[in-house]
Amino acid sequence: MRPVAVIGIGKTPFGAFPDRDLRSLAVEAGEKCLRNGNTAPAQVDAFFLGNFAGPSFAGQNHLAPYVSTALGIHGVPATRVEAACASSGSALFHAYNGVASGVYDSVLVVGVEKMTCQPTPRVTEILAGAGDCAGEIKAGSTFASLFAMIARRHMHQFGTTREHLAAVAVKNHANGALNPDAQMRKAITMEQAMAGRPIADPLNLYDCSLISDGAAAVLLAPAERAGEFTDKPVRVLGIAQASDFVALDQKPDITTFPALRRASAKAYQMAGVGPGDIQLAELHDCFTIAEIVAIEDLGFAARGEGGPFTLAGHTARTGSIPINTSGGLKSKGHPVGATGVAQICDLVLQMRCEAGARQVPRHSLALAQNLGGTGATCVVTILGTV
Amino acid sequence: MSDATGTIYTETVIYSSTEAFAADLPYQTAIVALDSGGRVTGRILGERVRIDDRVSRVEMRDGVPFFRKIP
Repeated sequence: MRPVAVIGIGKTPFGAFPDRDLRSLAVEAGEKCLRNGNTAPAQVDAFFLGNFAGPSFAGQNHLAPYVSTALGIHGVPATRVEAACASSGSALFHAYNGVASGVYDSVLVVGVEKMTCQPTPRVTEILAGAGDCAGEIKAGSTFASLFAMIARRHMHQFGTTREHLAAVAVKNHANGALNPDAQMRKAITMEQAMAGRPIADPLNLYDCSLISDGAAAVLLAPAERAGEFTDKPVRVLGIAQASDFVALDQKPDITTFPALRRASAKAYQMAGVGPGDIQLAELHDCFTIAEIVAIEDLGFAARGEGGPFTLAGHTARTGSIPINTSGGLKSKGHPVGATGVAQICDLVLQMRCEAGARQVPRHSLALAQNLGGTGATCVVTILGTV
Repeated sequence: MSDATGTIYTETVIYSSTEAFAADLPYQTAIVALDSGGRVTGRILGERVRIDDRVSRVEMRDGVPFFRKIP
């Protein structure tokens, strides 16, 4: 296997864009990325599209060549990857393997989701397709309710509080307020975060990520050739994907994500680093409790300590390990199929010192964690500056 | 051991649902650790339950177990 670098990034703003369709979003991100990586469409020799539910949201299937040809990429393999909210993280993982193995020299990965074209109850129903439709979903579970049950158990076992959950939302909103591409650019107070409209106890509106339209793209190349395309390449030092049960009730312990632990152990090993070396991270905060569990599973804090760790400010921009400086899924937005790749784009911006008002001082080793469903898929990526 | 009785492993009260369940809002779902082993996701009828409460299955509707708190 040979070293791989990210040589280009591109993304659309995240938000509700009634006059934009899935393809136009994907094309905007893809074109920006190719320009950013000084690469022509004809130089791309494989295309991967991360998308969760284009057929359900927008009625369109066969999405990979539908997008790639609109980008002027013709003839090469074009493949859609679906892994719920980890769709584009998984697309990235497969793209990485294609370059690392020497099969491809230039791979474009686009993640996209167009969600706001459906009313919220229908969005809830489509998202529920990432759960076990013959069991938990049939019983009336929504994704918010599944994560609410995780939160409830985490509170029971470790003493995690409502205030801990709210601290995640307050921190991520503070970051998102500084991100010009974020969907919800407004800071919130602890009082607001504690008093949101109930969605599924103990989670309220401020514990839930947003319904969003958006796309993001990255371009991968062999590290040894990265200098031909960019003067700011970022190395993929480690990347791993792992899987677990889809149904929450099949997991022996729902206060941890075994797929996250497995993927991160492998990614740390590949990169030759540990949690204490990571300088910033983008974590999958689809619900506030998910960020707390991820902090623990990644080893940033001890088991059960993710809440207090957050409340103490360690994960703020000024903390020891800034998490979700982009605003996270909570504030930046969560077009589900775009999220995994968008996390990489946001880390690369920090690593190139292009993150503007949210720039952090230490940015040479970064980690992204993308979760599908209630943890049935997880992708962990570790990036380093060359 | 019975598969009709068990203990609440975790629970939530849902206030926002898909259209199919909108008429039931708010409603409680739970993961129940069955006395016979294994866990199942079901609905709670009547009094709200908390973790470690004992419940018994009172009916099945379209394959979904409905539980009620054992006083």
